[in-house]
Amino acid sequence: MRQTKVFRNIWLGIENVLMHKLRSFLTMLGVVFGVGSVVAMLSVGEGASKEALEQIRKLGSNNIIISSVKSAEEEQTSTDHSHMSIYGLTYEDQFRIAESFSNIQETAPVKLMRKETRLRERSMELRVVGTTPQWFDLVPRPIIAGRVLLPSDQDKQAPVAVLTEFGARKILATENTIGQTIRIGGDEFEIVGIVKSESGQAGNIQIPDQQIDVYISIEVARKYFGDIEVKRTSGSRSMEKVELHQVLVRVDNTDNVEATAAGIERMLERFHKKKDYIVSVPLALLKQAEATKRTFNIVLGSIAGISLLVGGIGIMNIMLASVTERTREIGIRRAIGAKRRQIVLQFLIETVVLSTTGGIIGLGIGTLIPFLITYFSGMMTVLTWAGVLFPLFISMTIGIVFGLYPAMHAARVDPIVALRHE
Amino acid sequence: MVDLPLTENNEIIRLEEAQKIYQMGVQELHALAGVTLSFKKGSFWAIMGPSGSGKSTMMNILGCLDRLTSGRYFLEDTDVSSLDDNALSELRLKYLGFVFQSFNLIPQLTVQRNIELPLYYLGWDAIRSARRAGELAEEVGLGGRLHHRPTELSGGEMQRVAVARALANDPQVIFADEPTGNLDSATGEQILELLDELNKQGKTIIMVTHEPDIAKHAGNRLHMIDGVIDRIEQN
Repeated sequence: MRQTKVFRNIWLGIENVLMHKLRSFLTMLGVVFGVGSVVAMLSVGEGASKEALEQIRKLGSNNIIISSVKSAEEEQTSTDHSHMSIYGLTYEDQFRIAESFSNIQETAPVKLMRKETRLRERSMELRVVGTTPQWFDLVPRPIIAGRVLLPSDQDKQAPVAVLTEFGARKILATENTIGQTIRIGGDEFEIVGIVKSESGQAGNIQIPDQQIDVYISIEVARKYFGDIEVKRTSGSRSMEKVELHQVLVRVDNTDNVEATAAGIERMLERFHKKKDYIVSVPLALLKQAEATKRTFNIVLGSIAGISLLVGGIGIMNIMLASVTERTREIGIRRAIGAKRRQIVLQFLIETVVLSTTGGIIGLGIGTLIPFLITYFSGMMTVLTWAGVLFPLFISMTIGIVFGLYPAMHAARVDPIVALRHE
Repeated sequence: MVDLPLTENNEIIRLEEAQKIYQMGVQELHALAGVTLSFKKGSFWAIMGPSGSGKSTMMNILGCLDRLTSGRYFLEDTDVSSLDDNALSELRLKYLGFVFQSFNLIPQLTVQRNIELPLYYLGWDAIRSARRAGELAEEVGLGGRLHHRPTELSGGEMQRVAVARALANDPQVIFADEPTGNLDSATGEQILELLDELNKQGKTIIMVTHEPDIAKHAGNRLHMIDGVIDRIEQN
């Protein structure tokens, strides 16, 4: 009984709103756009943070990446022809890092070289990654065929290589994939596996793997290619000796990542005269990215909030006008015996019906916008239940908040005056 | 003054030293300047007088739309003068019906919805309300017009809807404020016959009018002047 009365009141409210279709539609418009922008904003924000998480997943949230860089003084002297730059991380460093911290689960040394790779007439320059089997734990990627590097490859110093999907498609093309022999630099390697690869940036760290990678044992890389790289740039020749280009480190627990990174930094400082390395922490980047995104969301949210506020004020404005216009109706209802609170309720229900309907329409538009954004800009957008229900709830609240004043205004109408109102 | 229960005297309305004073700037306007009277149950009264005589104020007070400045007003056994806005609304809803000169129907609502209005506030369900509205429309001769809007009706028909609406809550007293004022004399006559009929069924009717011809329908005529009773005529 009580329930049917609630429904009847709402139904009468809907009837009243439908009596003035155009006006009701115009009244809702503010809420439509407000809710639409909130929904769109939430899904863009949600998408952005999901994207950030995705990138961090690629980097590994428990990972620390230590990279070799040419120090500033080295950069200057390297213009000298006969000079050989020696810088960066050493095999010693990796060993020391692995041994010195109990929090570190695994480390992977990384030696990078660009080498011409050929299979008969097909050739392309690939990035040769000399590393250990641990790489594949630290940079986990799905295996498409065959296997990844094994400790036995390491021990035997076997000339085997793991290609990425992209490299395999370019070099192997239609050839029998696993077991194929290709030439890297001048030497023959047997393809033992193909893995997927990620590409791109995460924050300002390059993701460890690239599309054009080929993975071989570090021992093999050292034996075949050595530590010295000769670079020829426009006639001039420069030599660099870098033992390790990167050391990847995995820490046991996310909470320990930053402390361990600081420890590594302190330790390297003691053994390196120059600052020829960078310690980067994906987690710190994640936090930084999150903070930026939070600010971004707050800004977007305030704009959407303002448009909702404007929508609410619009509704209040029209409802106040409607109260004046319907003074006589209010007088009639009061004369018949309607109590003040019943008049309040009537107008409040009408406002809530308006704002909620506006909210539902806005939701429709707001869920469409993320699709368009994704379609045109490729930005990731995510619609969550909270992102849908929250704006709906807000639009209802707006109806109550901005409907209350006009409704109270209506209830204060004096029936005697109202009945004489033209 | 003897404070007998009204019902023992077969009275339905009693005013005692009723005063209604409006503050107009520094001046006080005595719209009702101490009126004492009583109406018997089932009587038909016409309240007459020139404009400014206080007859509208009288009607607002008796109709529980307004409150006295001083004095007392009893409606059956209820001391209305002590009630708040909510209680007055409740009284209007349960015991009173109104018919106005300008009909005062809600233009957006159909005839049926207009008639149902008091029932809605009484909390009747939709089905019962619809049935009752149908019966009342039949009673005032508008059975076929239930789904029309007031704007599609003639003046006489609109006033019939208003009468049907006034009857919806089965009121004790029906107030009619110049009910024929906006109608031609023939249609006006029909509305008056309708009121006569209701009076015969036992409803107390209080009608405000300034036309003597129309007032003749009422068995009792209260002439007012300057906020006091001038004279009372009875057939």
